[in-house]
Amino acid sequence: MRCKRERVIFLQQTEIAVVGGGPAGLAAALEAVKMGCQVTLIDRHAFLGGQLVKQTHKFFGSSKQYAGIRGIDIAKRLAGDLDSGPGKVSLELNTTVLGYYDDGVLLVEKDERVSPLFPERIIVATGAMEKMLLFRNNDLPGVYGAGAVQTLMNLYGVVPGCRVLMIGAGNIGLIVSYQLLQAGVEVAAIVEGDTRIGGYLVHAAKVQRSGIPIYTSHTILEATGENCVEGAVICQVDEKWQPLAGTEREIAVDVICLAVGLTPLTELLRQAGCEMYYVPELGGYVPLRDENMQTTLPHIFVAGDAAGVEEASIAMVEGKIAGISAAGSLRSCTKIDGLLEACRQELHELRAGDTGDKSRRGLEKLRKTMEKRKYAEKDESTGLLRA
Amino acid sequence: MRVIQHPILHFQRGREIKFTFNGRELTGYEGETIAAALHASGVRALGHSPRLNRPRGFFCATGNCSSCLMKVNGIANVRVCITPLQEGAVVEVQKGKGDILATD
Repeated sequence: MRCKRERVIFLQQTEIAVVGGGPAGLAAALEAVKMGCQVTLIDRHAFLGGQLVKQTHKFFGSSKQYAGIRGIDIAKRLAGDLDSGPGKVSLELNTTVLGYYDDGVLLVEKDERVSPLFPERIIVATGAMEKMLLFRNNDLPGVYGAGAVQTLMNLYGVVPGCRVLMIGAGNIGLIVSYQLLQAGVEVAAIVEGDTRIGGYLVHAAKVQRSGIPIYTSHTILEATGENCVEGAVICQVDEKWQPLAGTEREIAVDVICLAVGLTPLTELLRQAGCEMYYVPELGGYVPLRDENMQTTLPHIFVAGDAAGVEEASIAMVEGKIAGISAAGSLRSCTKIDGLLEACRQELHELRAGDTGDKSRRGLEKLRKTMEKRKYAEKDESTGLLRA
Repeated sequence: MRVIQHPILHFQRGREIKFTFNGRELTGYEGETIAAALHASGVRALGHSPRLNRPRGFFCATGNCSSCLMKVNGIANVRVCITPLQEGAVVEVQKGKGDILATD
């Protein structure tokens, strides 16, 4: 196929383009290939696995969700499955999707060259990024996202500093604190704005046993230092999270690590025109989507943290659903309903209990919004070029 | 500073690579990013904000936030947190928003 432009550019075609090679994207690509689809998996990094590659802790859940296996090993296993799978996934690493055209074409950049790719279906599994927190001097070098600290020490074996103040006692804050200890770095304290620790008590107990104090109902007021972080001022907060005067104290640290949650990376979905909805429980703006992970643009699917920030195990199951749904819309397969139902059951189990409470509330909001929304006729709204 | 001992991870570092930072010769390892190599050598301030001239380091280390833009081999606005270190790389603190036509 040729573009309209005068210069002849040959359009690469594929049945399903998966954007993002983390747990969700890998799972989606694997399922779609299993169903006989031609799949192109794109990731802007040089490696597959997304954020799994720095997760040295063992996963919870059942054996279906790789319980007891470390994230780094799950990444290797999923990438290995791609190689040994029944079909061939065409892998495009070091490749960035720059944008989406109304006719369904993706603009893709690799080695500083830009080219169009025309997929029949798109699965967006772009993940999430660390949230910033508002405090004085929060832009000083030495204020790092928890994910960045993990990358630095678990991927490259470089310590972020000598003494760290961790902000946030959710699972990420707790796990990264423990990983800092493993890397030989001192953790001065963990500060948490809420009245209680958000993460699993197993993790909290582990860091507390190691002598790290966890200050609940506390926040950070400012980072101190000229060119880099040299300290942090923390204080107590009241039940409305407002600082209590007179409770300020300074802690000498050279790193402030932010583990205050993640927000979905939805630029591509938003630019493509998928309807977005603000759901704080899921980390911010998320695309509206149904239980088959189909967005409001019927040929675009979403999976993993881009659909709402949850756990990697959930991302993998959502990836499976997106892969099956996208492939199912191209190939007829009698097993689809059964496969999707099994995945939904898995998700239900993963989101059960207290820790899934927030996700469930967020997803319920999404569901209600979807219900209210009147669907436009699918084929009219796509505006898709037919290959 | 580098991790010396780790209970779970064993770091298989690539060959040693020489590069310069603002003219100063430093070493890193093949397979790591420029930001990781700089950080291991104690360099955390990677640039300045263009308007208020505030020091800047990396934040996300996944190529998202663009807080780590530097000049590498004469090319401005390189995200050093995801750019692999290469032998002889000339890494400099960038002034302003960077030029695209400059060849020096």
